[in-house]
Amino acid sequence: MARRFDAGYYISEGFHSIFTHGFMSFAAVCMIVACLIIMGSFTLLAVNLDNMLGDLENENEMLVYVDDSLNEEQARALQPKLAQVDNVSQLTFVTREAALEDFRSKRESNADLLDDLPDDTLRDRYRVHVVDIERMAQTKEALEDVEGVAWVRAAIEIADGFVLVRNIATGVALALVGVLLVVSLFIIANTIKLATFYRREEIAIMKMCGATDGFIEWPFVVEGMILGLTGAFIAFFVQWGLYQLVAKLAVQGNGLSLVTMISYTSMSTTILAVFCSVGAVIGVGGSLLAIRKFLQV
Amino acid sequence: MVRFIDVHKEYDNGTKALKGVNVRIDDGEFVFLVGPSGSGKSTLIKLITAEIAPTEGRVMVNGFNLNTIAPRQVPLMRRTLGIIFQDFRLIEKKTVYENLAFSMRAIGASNRELRRRIPYVLQLVGLDKKGDRFPGQLSGGEQQRVAIARALVNNPSMIIADEPTGNLDPQRSLEIMMLLERINELGTTVLVVTHEKNLVNRFTKRVVAIENGRVISDGTGGYYHGEKI
Repeated sequence: MARRFDAGYYISEGFHSIFTHGFMSFAAVCMIVACLIIMGSFTLLAVNLDNMLGDLENENEMLVYVDDSLNEEQARALQPKLAQVDNVSQLTFVTREAALEDFRSKRESNADLLDDLPDDTLRDRYRVHVVDIERMAQTKEALEDVEGVAWVRAAIEIADGFVLVRNIATGVALALVGVLLVVSLFIIANTIKLATFYRREEIAIMKMCGATDGFIEWPFVVEGMILGLTGAFIAFFVQWGLYQLVAKLAVQGNGLSLVTMISYTSMSTTILAVFCSVGAVIGVGGSLLAIRKFLQV
Repeated sequence: MVRFIDVHKEYDNGTKALKGVNVRIDDGEFVFLVGPSGSGKSTLIKLITAEIAPTEGRVMVNGFNLNTIAPRQVPLMRRTLGIIFQDFRLIEKKTVYENLAFSMRAIGASNRELRRRIPYVLQLVGLDKKGDRFPGQLSGGEQQRVAIARALVNNPSMIIADEPTGNLDPQRSLEIMMLLERINELGTTVLVVTHEKNLVNRFTKRVVAIENGRVISDGTGGYYHGEKI
């Protein structure tokens, strides 16, 4: 009898085995769902934190004050030179009159004291946003070197604080996801190993009949893949529900609108793809790890 | 054909299970392998099925040299053997038919081959009406018949029965032995491992007795542990 790759048989055996060993299959899917949700929650937390910090970073601007001796036309002429400075993403020119008006509007309670100030009290200036907040200090120095710039005001300490918080948050999230991934693989491999243990007799019989290792492994690969993908789909929808719940609570307790969350639907394709990939990998990987021992007959 | 030439087997724990065994079993023979517990019978069977390798000496099975066999050839060698165990080792969740189909599937048989071969083998062992039963619904003797059918279904050139009657009453044991004898008459080599003296002595077959890892007698006519009936 010739050996051939019988995909239909492997798939039907994979499905059949899932239902035959229903409880162990259920346990394996539950483990995959739990692990994916824990990993997914931490990843989504990190993504949202990164996004919120990104928003705050964008609001962190520098003010480039133009030398008093330059008139408005000369001050505007500085724009191309400033734009050429590395790390500058956005430049907005503010005339001295506009700056004074803004100053007054923020101090309306003392309006009577400020009314008599001459229009040229303040300097022309540029509001500058940077690409990379981590290089703010170097950018400040480079801007100060431009001829016609009097001085530059930048909240370097605040920027460094943002960078530190973001780096710590990303590091902690990555470490947690890494640890959880390893723990998940271990737990799932053991869950599937337990399921496989019940079937060591079947494997031994197949080996004694002359089945190749590949023939024995394929139904387990199919089974692991199905369990992994089933777990991934369930985890995707449970994660969706949890995320919506957390987002709702965040909005309710967020009077100052400090917390902004990315919508789940905007990330859903990526989340589903990542869950399916991770689910399939841990399902198939766990299956292969689990049956390796029983193939040595 | 099985050939053992000065075979020694020492396990990692220092146990010397076989000490220079020389045995030859030709195609078409019916051989009893007898001996007390710990005599080396199981080691000999494991060497034939390539579960373990000899420490010294040569082992040939159905044209395969097991000293030099590549791992990917082991399944091919095993397809020339049909193995029957004392505890039947049937899959409880599969019917009789499915147990046989499982064994045929393992070597890549098609559905057509299954449909053709399984009814014939079930008829041969007298279970043609019980293909849809589960092992738990059968008696011990019937379960052993299923195990024999499973060993036969891939048309091996040799059947190895390891204590096939250990779990059966004398009448069922005799029936199983007669069935194995019939299979042998149809051309399949049969090696039966047993320590049931009365059963061995009812058949006039070749008996290889092994004790302390050595063959102590090898002859036809009911010899058992050096005792002549």
